[in-house]
Amino acid sequence: MTCPPLATPNTREPSACRLRMEAIRKRFDATQALAGVSLSVNAGAVLALVGENGAGKSTLMKVLSGAYTPDEGHMWLEGQPYHPSDPMAARRAGVAMIYQELSLAKHLSVMENILLGIEPRLGPFMDWRRTRQIAADAMAQIGRTDIPLTTPVGRLSIAEQQLVEIARATATGSKVVVLDEPTSSLTAPDIVGLFKLIGRLRDQGQAIIYISHFLEEVREISNRFVVLRDGQSVGGGSTAEATTDHIISLMVGRKVEDLYPRSQHQPGETLLAAQNLAGENKPTRASLELHRGEVLGIAGLVGAGRTELLRAIFGLDAVTSGHVKVGLVSGGSSRPAIRWSQGMGMLSEDRKAEGLAVGLSIADNITLSRLGWLVRPSRTQAIARQWITKLNIRCAGPAQAVVDLSGGNQQKVAIARLLYHGVDVLLLDEPTRGIDVGSKAEIYKLIDELAKKGKAVIVVSSYLPELMGICDRIAVMCRGQLHPARAVSSLTEESIMLEATGAAA
Amino acid sequence: MSDTSKVTSPVEGDVTPRRFDVRRVLTLLGPAIGLVAVCILFGALRPDSFLTRANAQNIILHSVVVGIAAIGTTPVIIAAGIDISIGATIAVVTVAVALLVNANVPPLLAAFGGVGVGAACGLFNGACITWLGLNPFIVTLGTFLAFRGVADELSHQQAVAANATWLNNLMAPGQAPLVPWGVWILIALLVLTALMLRYTRFGRHIFAIGSNEQTARLCGIAVNRAKLAIYVLGGAFTGIAGVLMFSNLTEGDPTTSANTPLTAIAAAVIGGASLTGGQGSIVGTVLGAVFIMTIRSGCTQLNFSQGVQEMVTGLIIILAVLLDRLRNLRKA
Repeated sequence: MTCPPLATPNTREPSACRLRMEAIRKRFDATQALAGVSLSVNAGAVLALVGENGAGKSTLMKVLSGAYTPDEGHMWLEGQPYHPSDPMAARRAGVAMIYQELSLAKHLSVMENILLGIEPRLGPFMDWRRTRQIAADAMAQIGRTDIPLTTPVGRLSIAEQQLVEIARATATGSKVVVLDEPTSSLTAPDIVGLFKLIGRLRDQGQAIIYISHFLEEVREISNRFVVLRDGQSVGGGSTAEATTDHIISLMVGRKVEDLYPRSQHQPGETLLAAQNLAGENKPTRASLELHRGEVLGIAGLVGAGRTELLRAIFGLDAVTSGHVKVGLVSGGSSRPAIRWSQGMGMLSEDRKAEGLAVGLSIADNITLSRLGWLVRPSRTQAIARQWITKLNIRCAGPAQAVVDLSGGNQQKVAIARLLYHGVDVLLLDEPTRGIDVGSKAEIYKLIDELAKKGKAVIVVSSYLPELMGICDRIAVMCRGQLHPARAVSSLTEESIMLEATGAAA
Repeated sequence: MSDTSKVTSPVEGDVTPRRFDVRRVLTLLGPAIGLVAVCILFGALRPDSFLTRANAQNIILHSVVVGIAAIGTTPVIIAAGIDISIGATIAVVTVAVALLVNANVPPLLAAFGGVGVGAACGLFNGACITWLGLNPFIVTLGTFLAFRGVADELSHQQAVAANATWLNNLMAPGQAPLVPWGVWILIALLVLTALMLRYTRFGRHIFAIGSNEQTARLCGIAVNRAKLAIYVLGGAFTGIAGVLMFSNLTEGDPTTSANTPLTAIAAAVIGGASLTGGQGSIVGTVLGAVFIMTIRSGCTQLNFSQGVQEMVTGLIIILAVLLDRLRNLRKA
């Protein structure tokens, strides 16, 4: 399966080996981002690339896509030395990147996007007939002829947009397709569809590199895996032969005994109650009770209205009917300022767009919701320093801009804001999205400790093992309706999925 | 890696503290170095006339009006807004003050009236932007024309000569210790606004709104109310600039200050403000304003024609935007 080591860089590779990277090194100033990474992927195979945030996955893929030139190391594509000078050269050579953040022109049509940059022309004019033909072929190749070619991409769902991006890759004759965290914003049925498509591309002889935090996905889709840690490839092999624990221990460099610590929680009085809550669009009807010392999970498909429920409770979206009772105060629509003052805080699902002012410092972000009339920078920095230590935020100091931190550390800054504010009720929307296993474990531990201290926590997550692992009760949301919460011991992942997809009554 | 760093292993996108500090210092040092550089340049070319006390006073005096307008517009820019109507606002204010003085209103009240007119202009801009949810560039493009129209109507399209009062002497030398009153007003506003931005909750909220309005909302900041206050404050500062402009002209002029908005914005950007919001410094803005006026003065002394001066100023504005871009380039 693997490519045999080479005697000299110029030797021709066996044809089965589509791409090989050998001893890639890349340094940025004081940071050795890549310290010798090697990997290979065969035609008709899926290689999973796993590692914590900051392990060097993105840098490695930027080297592969020509955005960075490596300081040392060699690459071969189909046995030929491959040294792309820029991303366009990589694309022409057949290396297609599908990033987490899709790079589509939202106002242009599906077919225009598929052929963006390589439009067929008749003299100076667009050749619309051939554009349509090539785009139709590409969509047929990925098995989605049902999407109209003339629809503006912005009107498609995220999953469909991703398909357009994959169609663009196949239309340009890709040999290697790199998918970077492709499922992070997809619903469960869309993920099934994506995996079918990846299997299809694999069977068509594409070499696929699949980057993901979700080890269950890695297990399901990949033939082989490579683990990066601190800029080095620290292990790999056949996915079927490796246990999940083994992969995790390679990723974090230590043994993870238990990802989900859970101590006995003592539910106390009701801190938050919602009755028949409805918003402009979603939720349509939601009732819940949250007690002191309890972690309540809200499961459901993306688009079921879970985020909207939290936003309505927190006063970010309008409430059209129903009541929210915080402590002893009951009412309809509210404002975030009032919720904060009532001892409630919310963590946004989207760190960059909403959760954090990434251009500002760590200190500014932590203290933003709780500033006195006068602000002493030395004091806010001292406060931030405390939280940096408490939550083990890896950074250069409290004055560092949040944009420079890794995803996991950014999330800790966002959570630190809630803790510094001293809220009793924490609404956490996808608290571990897009962060590495090490930070996830720390956040799980933190949530457990908060509940033990008598805080009340609501966690919205699309990742069921996580909800099952950290929550006391779970309520399932389906098409805007919140079903009654039940003790986690009476639930299975299967029963939750059935309820979430509306299959169970 | 420095020992103050808590980074224990290589992390993508990490910046060592030393490098980080250099970047921050450079942002403020940039306009200061630029200012010294142009002084040396013009000093070498015109040693007799440029490096004189009289010329320095002249430059500072010319920086007062645009400098105060720029101080007022800096919070607007930090909050990711823009106000291109400030030139027209200054024109309305000069006319209003002239009319008030001629109506025998006490000079002090006339001056406050002018500031009030400026604040009202800011309130109109702010109300359209927050309550109607319109784009600030488009709103102030509209009022850029509309306020000028108000000045024309009030003045019947000609300069309004005003009765002589002490208001005419705010920019004249010898009336206040060391420098004219206008310069003292500039210094006072510089200090107050810089302190406000750094040491008050309102100031920090301005940065938060400009950096990420959604985050500001999430954190319970009354975003619309804060934005309205920012535009009203900017308008009031423009009003003060207008009163000093009136003092300079000793008349109400509906055509005055056509280039002021762009010069003020350029001063803010040269001084470290980002047109995408979240960044900016009052000290930097004033340095930027003095920098632009120094170049104008130097060009005059080198006998460059009006056209050449405008070309130079225009290129500096482009250079300032380029600076803004370079500053915001981050490691991908």
